[in-house]
Amino acid sequence: MEQPNLSYINTLSGGDKAFETKLIGIIKQEYPEERDVYFKNFKAKNYKLAAENVHKLKHKINILGLNESYKVAEKYEHNLIDNITEGKDDFANILQAITNFLNGL
Amino acid sequence: MNCIIIDDEQTARAIIAQLCTNFSSLNVVEEFPNAIQAIKYLNQNTVDLIFLDIHMPDFTGFDFIQTLKNPPNIILTTSDPKFAIEAFEYNCIVDYLVKPVEIQRFNKAVLKAQARQKQVDKQDKLISETEKEERISEKDLYVNIDRRLIKIDMPSIYLIEAKGDYINIKTENKNYTVHSTLKKIEEKLPTDTFLKVHRSYVINVKKIIDIEDNSVLIKKDVIPVSRSNRPELMKRLNLL
Repeated sequence: MEQPNLSYINTLSGGDKAFETKLIGIIKQEYPEERDVYFKNFKAKNYKLAAENVHKLKHKINILGLNESYKVAEKYEHNLIDNITEGKDDFANILQAITNFLNGL
Repeated sequence: MNCIIIDDEQTARAIIAQLCTNFSSLNVVEEFPNAIQAIKYLNQNTVDLIFLDIHMPDFTGFDFIQTLKNPPNIILTTSDPKFAIEAFEYNCIVDYLVKPVEIQRFNKAVLKAQARQKQVDKQDKLISETEKEERISEKDLYVNIDRRLIKIDMPSIYLIEAKGDYINIKTENKNYTVHSTLKKIEEKLPTDTFLKVHRSYVINVKKIIDIEDNSVLIKKDVIPVSRSNRPELMKRLNLL
């Protein structure tokens, strides 16, 4: 499975360490909240809302260089809109990979 | 260019704000996590450019645009390329950036916005100059008295009366006797304000104090109204 990386953030910062620290701080704060809301909505079978949560999480997936995972998330988002939960495990794995990565920063 | 960023995701706002630092001409004045807060801000302030996320809960980017009477330039930021077609329906949308926003693509969008802003500024300047010129020409009337062209402020004129080969122009402050005819001066006066009520009198309708059957009182002058001109005068009045 592909692993998250800081390639995009490094390019964006142009070597500005203060910005890198700031952005990673924002992601570390925002990501767990978005992830938890997703799991809460999924558990409550509010799939439309869960799809919205996936949509928002897709940006973080992209920022952390997970291009293949992004495609998986996109497909899963559309499934949820149609009340189909296929892809939930793959998506949960992506979320876990991000959680591990952010915890290690 | 003063700009604001509207996005429910703090990470996205931070990225756009960082990208804006590449342009000394861009000044991020505010950031908003939702469209409602931005609308409140824009009710009190104006900006030149908005970076706007489309996919926001409750109030989408497109809903937001529709609330703006005179939207400034807008650069859309979104994870959904599918909205691009809808974006073309709005003249104010300069460009459409797909997240995560790439630096080169962002720079291109800002340059487009700046070019459009310059064009708008140029047009505004031209319009304001034209309006200024029109206002000057509409408000002022120059009359030849003793080989001097004297400027008269038209709204201050309340009465013009014919006196043989001359006309007497009465204003709030002064009267002017000019070698001319009522017909000639009538052509120079705004028709919505001035009306010929008698073959010898043109009045400023806005200065009327009262009207009797066949006369109007303007200042201290009682002016006859001919039967043929009375219907037009009555038409101009806001009658209860």
